[in-house]
Amino acid sequence: MNKQHPALRFFLGLAPMLLTFVSTTLVLVLAGANPWQAYGNLIGGAFESGAKVADIATAMVPLMLASAGMLITFAAGLWNIGVEGQMIAGALMTTWVVQSITAPPALMLPLTILAGLVGGGLWGILIGALRTWGRINEIFAGLGLNFVASALTNYLIFGPWRPPGGATMSGTLPFPRAAWMPTIGATRASWLAILLAVAAIVAVYFVLRDTRWGLVLKALGKNPQAAFRMGIDTRRNIILALVVCGALAGLGGSLQTTAIYRRLIPQITGGYGYLSQLVVLLSGLQARWVPLVVFFFASVQVGSPRLELRMQLDSSLGGILQGSVVLFFLLVNGLRRRIETMRG
Amino acid sequence: MSQTLVTETLRSVIASSAPLVLAGIGEMLNERAGVVNLSLDGSILLAAMAGFAIALVTGSLTLGFALAMVVGALIALLVAFSSIVLFQDQVAVGFVLTLLMADLSSFIGRPYVRRPGPSVQALPIPGLVDIPYIGTVLFDQNLIVYASYLVIVLSWVWLMHTQAGLRLRSVGERPEAAYARGIHVNRLRFIYTAVGGALVGAAGAAYSLNVKLGWSHRHTAGMGWIALAIVIFGGWHPFRVALGAYLFGALKSLGSLLQPNYPNIPTQVFQAAPFALMILALLLVSGDLAALELYLPRRLRPLVHAVLQGTPPAALGRRFEQT
Amino acid sequence: MRIDFVGIDKTFGKVRANVDISLTVESGVIHGLLGENGAGKTTLMKILSGYQRPDSGAIFVDGQPVSFASPAEAIAHGIGMLHQDPLDVPAMSVLDNFSLGLTNDLFPHRRQAQRALFTLCRRFGLSLQPNDPVSRLTVGERQQLELVRLLALGVRVIILDEPTTGISAPQKTLLFETLRRLANEGLTVIFVSHKLEDVEALCARATVLRNGRVTGTQEAPFDREGLVRLMFGQSVPVAVVESRASCDPVLETQSLTVRTYRLDLEPVSMQACAGEVIGLAGLEGSGQRLFMEACAGIQRSYSGRILLDGRDMTHRSYFEFRRSGVALVPAARLEEGMIGGLTLLEHFALASGDNGFIVDWESAERVARERIEQYRVVGTPRSLVQELSGGNQQRALLALLPQDLRVLILEHPTRGLDLGSERWVWQNLHERTERGTVILFTSTDLDELVDHSDRIIVFSGGRASKPVFKDEVTREDLGYMIGGVNL
Repeated sequence: MNKQHPALRFFLGLAPMLLTFVSTTLVLVLAGANPWQAYGNLIGGAFESGAKVADIATAMVPLMLASAGMLITFAAGLWNIGVEGQMIAGALMTTWVVQSITAPPALMLPLTILAGLVGGGLWGILIGALRTWGRINEIFAGLGLNFVASALTNYLIFGPWRPPGGATMSGTLPFPRAAWMPTIGATRASWLAILLAVAAIVAVYFVLRDTRWGLVLKALGKNPQAAFRMGIDTRRNIILALVVCGALAGLGGSLQTTAIYRRLIPQITGGYGYLSQLVVLLSGLQARWVPLVVFFFASVQVGSPRLELRMQLDSSLGGILQGSVVLFFLLVNGLRRRIETMRG
Repeated sequence: MSQTLVTETLRSVIASSAPLVLAGIGEMLNERAGVVNLSLDGSILLAAMAGFAIALVTGSLTLGFALAMVVGALIALLVAFSSIVLFQDQVAVGFVLTLLMADLSSFIGRPYVRRPGPSVQALPIPGLVDIPYIGTVLFDQNLIVYASYLVIVLSWVWLMHTQAGLRLRSVGERPEAAYARGIHVNRLRFIYTAVGGALVGAAGAAYSLNVKLGWSHRHTAGMGWIALAIVIFGGWHPFRVALGAYLFGALKSLGSLLQPNYPNIPTQVFQAAPFALMILALLLVSGDLAALELYLPRRLRPLVHAVLQGTPPAALGRRFEQT
Repeated sequence: MRIDFVGIDKTFGKVRANVDISLTVESGVIHGLLGENGAGKTTLMKILSGYQRPDSGAIFVDGQPVSFASPAEAIAHGIGMLHQDPLDVPAMSVLDNFSLGLTNDLFPHRRQAQRALFTLCRRFGLSLQPNDPVSRLTVGERQQLELVRLLALGVRVIILDEPTTGISAPQKTLLFETLRRLANEGLTVIFVSHKLEDVEALCARATVLRNGRVTGTQEAPFDREGLVRLMFGQSVPVAVVESRASCDPVLETQSLTVRTYRLDLEPVSMQACAGEVIGLAGLEGSGQRLFMEACAGIQRSYSGRILLDGRDMTHRSYFEFRRSGVALVPAARLEEGMIGGLTLLEHFALASGDNGFIVDWESAERVARERIEQYRVVGTPRSLVQELSGGNQQRALLALLPQDLRVLILEHPTRGLDLGSERWVWQNLHERTERGTVILFTSTDLDELVDHSDRIIVFSGGRASKPVFKDEVTREDLGYMIGGVNL
């Protein structure tokens, strides 16, 4: 079937990066900026010091967790846009636990991890219920709930959870030390958080490849009706997939509060949920490519603020880079399929 | 509440909902042809920014709207192209585009943030505006609002009462049957995508040049997602889609109206309420009506079914291959 | 219009669908095109009607060479095809479907279209209501609509692809009458089928295709053995079935009713003994499907009881029915029965009762190989199910079932299958009855119902008859009962 010339295949593989480079340069020129300076700042902002590389590792954590979760829901044929809300739910649940529950310091961290898993998992049940019994497509249920989660966060930060001095954009009072994830040296990177993220993606890889549940999800994703006829409980497994994704995403959100900000702030998840969908698309829905793609996306995230700082360029250039790569990847993939079908 | 308050509120609801009407009807046309354009939110943002920027720079509102419509049409055509020619999933491409275009709008639009610019002039229709109550509500508006009325009526006539509308519907329902009858399925899909996309672009410009003047980061506040929802809520029918748009606008106005009366309830609740209510509304429309209907007398079932239920065009999102 | 095919070749990938086909179809004649599934009949007709282009060869219409780039071009030349699944738009009304494509104007000429529809319906004794949504019509009515639409477009050549699949006996009679009238008026009718009886009854001439080639042509009256030999290469013996029953009710329903948006099924009471085959007869949409789905636990009953081996299973979940040994094989094999994109191996892994966390691929492969051989499925464990032919998909579906079921329910088990596969399926089903399995099946083929059932239940408009023994009833009786008489 792959009668393509190896040179053609190589070119098609490289094409998305090339096209992204060309189009982004064009956009920079249009905005009146020096493209080389911009790229230089981007790379420098990401890699110039150990602290920066630690930042990349830190950014990779929520992205990796959310992407791992998305692999599960994609396998089941779902488009779980609500993953952003699931991350927020995990962060909210963790904040609530930290503030309301007094526990011995040794138990604090495991509790926060549990809170993240449970918070996101519950949000997943919500989305699943709306889909199964409300027959609302998970795209809209998830989307609407994302807005609700965001508003809920703001409400809590400016309302019941505001610090005694008055509500500000800095969020809640800082968490007690016991709820701080351990870090590597003086950096912001937490080895525990990184460990959890890596464990998640590895686990998901094996689940999808070797377990019965993975096969069940695959069947569900390709033909839910026939899967039901074959004895697969469609409803239960869809909700389960959403719960698992929610748990992983919720953990990602929770780690944002315990490992990075040490409190709850507005925009606690910073769009990582939406970004994880791009990651999974670019990885071709395959777990083994996710770490590499996550590294690329995280690097861009860490490098882009410098554009704002030094060149007065909006940091959304990072988003443009990330989005363009995925877009061109999809388009080039499409071109490849087109060429293949034309050859017959 | 006094009567002038009521009419004034209604008038402003109609005015502020006009962009949503345009976007909703535009997307409805797309989906009737079988193409779902998930990039709506990003498209509207980019179109709003582009429209405002051009209007600001050239001083011409017409040029602003024209460019916005071109932007909307091009993005929609990209989704259609990726699906029809390149065999990619419409939802995937649309999703990527919505994020990308949103970021593009923020990036390119940065120099235009919070700059005062032109706006659409009010244009009360003499004579009609003097009709008690309805006159002020419907006819003391501007060109955009009148255009939205036209779009609603024209799309209804086109879709339901012309042979061309029949052809459009067949393309979205069963493209194989349309092809067997000599209809150029994919050509029509491209045409209607362009038209729908242009309407969506116009909606963006209508927002930044009329409803919320100017430009800022994420200026249109989720309007694209709402438009997608009201197409479903409206059962893919022009009148119901328009109704959905006005309802949503009313909910938002209600929020800002009631807020001063209830200072204890934080603003976020009023901000989030329309979205939460949107979910509830979708529940009603998409939910398990079949189970509910079994409890109704047999003769009432088809009526309830017709009014509340809305089935999407059967071939929505699916590719058509001319063997 | 006289049609000449000269040296038509068409290949799809590795499959040579048409090989050097040359034949002539005279005008004013009903010409049958016989052959097994996959013999190349549909491909040839798709080429004639503009849906495909031949790789080589030529087609002449009244001596003039023609080449069609689309179905619309073929219709412009007067050639139209009625597909097995009529190409209509279910969400739109009869009138809309009729007038779509009739004109290219902006505004519909509703009254004109309605008059044209009415005239044609009256001419052929059809009763189509212009405002009915097509989704509510039976297959036979949809066929009628498509037929009058093609006639309204002025076609002189009508190709019918397997038209008698899924329609009732009265509808078939009406169809045959209509076709004979059209032929008498000078139209050319090409009747594509794998059903010998239909071709014998209707056609004046029949050409047989096998493996993409023309194997022969016969004139009426036909020599059945000869036709069979042309189709298969040798005579296929007919299986003789003995009626068998022993009475411990395995499946029992007591005044079972079902209510849905479209149809209410009135109380059905029946008992099935171990090893019995119960055929469900009736027009599509008369309630058999609801009944079968209720017996399988897929459709929730409204009132009444279902008992399995004496146990009350009413309102239990589908999964409990499955655990109790009930299975339903759907008619839509790829849409409802199997998962396109997955391999046979993955299907066997899913179907195995193994509930372990990790999939035991080795044991699944072993089972897969065994069953593939046992059921003679043409494929390997790595084959993707959508690549299998219809007959092999049916074999695979049966192979995936547990060996010892209490109740096996089949929707149109031999629809679209060639004679060989059809015989094999019934052989397998009768083997299962010897192990005590109760078989419940629907069919629109009265012969199939009479040949294989011990008893028959007739459904009409949501009401079911009492089960009748097949030696108590004739084919004509059955036809009347299906039509609603004598219940």
